[in-house]
Amino acid sequence: MGRVVSLYQVQKFLYELNRSEDTQAAYVADRHRSLAPYELTDEERRALTDPDIGLLFHLGVNGQILMHFAAFHQIEWADYLQMMRDGIAAHGPVREGVYAMTGYEGVDAHAAALGQASNARRVGTAGDDAGEVPS
Amino acid sequence: MPLVFAGVCSHAPGITGRADQADPTVRDDFYAAFGAMRESLEAAEPDALVVIAAEHFANFFMNNMPAFAIGMADSYRGPIEDPAWLGIDRVDVPGNAELSARFITKVMETTDVSFAQEWLFDHGIMVPLHFLTPRYDLPVIPANINCQGPPLTPLHRAWAFGESIRAAADALPERIALVGTGGISHWPATPDSGKINIDWDQDFLARWSRNERDRLLDYDDLDVYAEAGQGGFEIRTFVAVSAAAAGAPGTVHFYAPIPIFSVGCTVATYDLGVAS
Repeated sequence: MGRVVSLYQVQKFLYELNRSEDTQAAYVADRHRSLAPYELTDEERRALTDPDIGLLFHLGVNGQILMHFAAFHQIEWADYLQMMRDGIAAHGPVREGVYAMTGYEGVDAHAAALGQASNARRVGTAGDDAGEVPS
Repeated sequence: MPLVFAGVCSHAPGITGRADQADPTVRDDFYAAFGAMRESLEAAEPDALVVIAAEHFANFFMNNMPAFAIGMADSYRGPIEDPAWLGIDRVDVPGNAELSARFITKVMETTDVSFAQEWLFDHGIMVPLHFLTPRYDLPVIPANINCQGPPLTPLHRAWAFGESIRAAADALPERIALVGTGGISHWPATPDSGKINIDWDQDFLARWSRNERDRLLDYDDLDVYAEAGQGGFEIRTFVAVSAAAAGAPGTVHFYAPIPIFSVGCTVATYDLGVAS
């Protein structure tokens, strides 16, 4: 139970950071101090201050919150994705939150489960006459 | 006035933020479809645009997460994201608090909703507006369905929300347009970002186009997560628009998976049969 509440605190901090320029300024001025109001484990505190994107994803932070934290740290999109993959490789499947619903074990396992072709293709009107798409 | 426009479109931040990384041919076709949707919207001569979005923790958090929310302000600020990251300048988008209040009052007769006099627009609304109302000159009424923080709004309640929106639009003297925004299958902002389940998308869009209530509601969240990712939960916005269309047939004007945009990019409308 404590761990679930703690993930809530991690995400709450990131939610505030994403929304508030004051919180962003406080974080830039003193990362540890800006986390003081939040009940966090040492692991979570380290993940937020380093920052460690892969560990935050492993802990269960929602990507809709995490991607803005990565952008705030000027982390490029491709690097952000790779950091999460590295986090899963280093720490194991996502521990809590929405991505733990079916046990997230990494991009390759997920791709294999889907068994989908990666080639892009287009479809038309989703009725009986799929064909050329008007543009 | 009867609802004058109903459609759906994608809203992924990469659509504008990573535009330079996409195949220019398919990207430009997608943008052209957005342009055609804008022309159809303008031809409907709406007084206001209701945008049903899947808000992503820009305004609502797990301390108080509404199943449904509707904005009630005279203006809204967005994007909440870094404008350079999203590729959209930060602007004030016009609202209409008085119209929102009347609209919400009617919706509340059949569906419980939260109202919000503050609302920061994230990419879920800003990306569609960037294409559909690029001059930001049409009052917007933002609406949200919880597609992110489980327990999620049940699909059949999203349908009911759409029916309530239709009843409210029909009851008001203003001309109301409706756009739902979201992904179909996608795994946004995760290591699987860029994966798109094309077969799943095509099946969903077939149900959407035929506006088949029973088939549109015949999804289980665990199956959706496994086959369409957590982004698949956003079908709630599309389903709500289906309900609002009240049986009208739909046309998918554009669908193409664009992995760098992290979603099967979609533009679709319902034929409401409304004379403008």
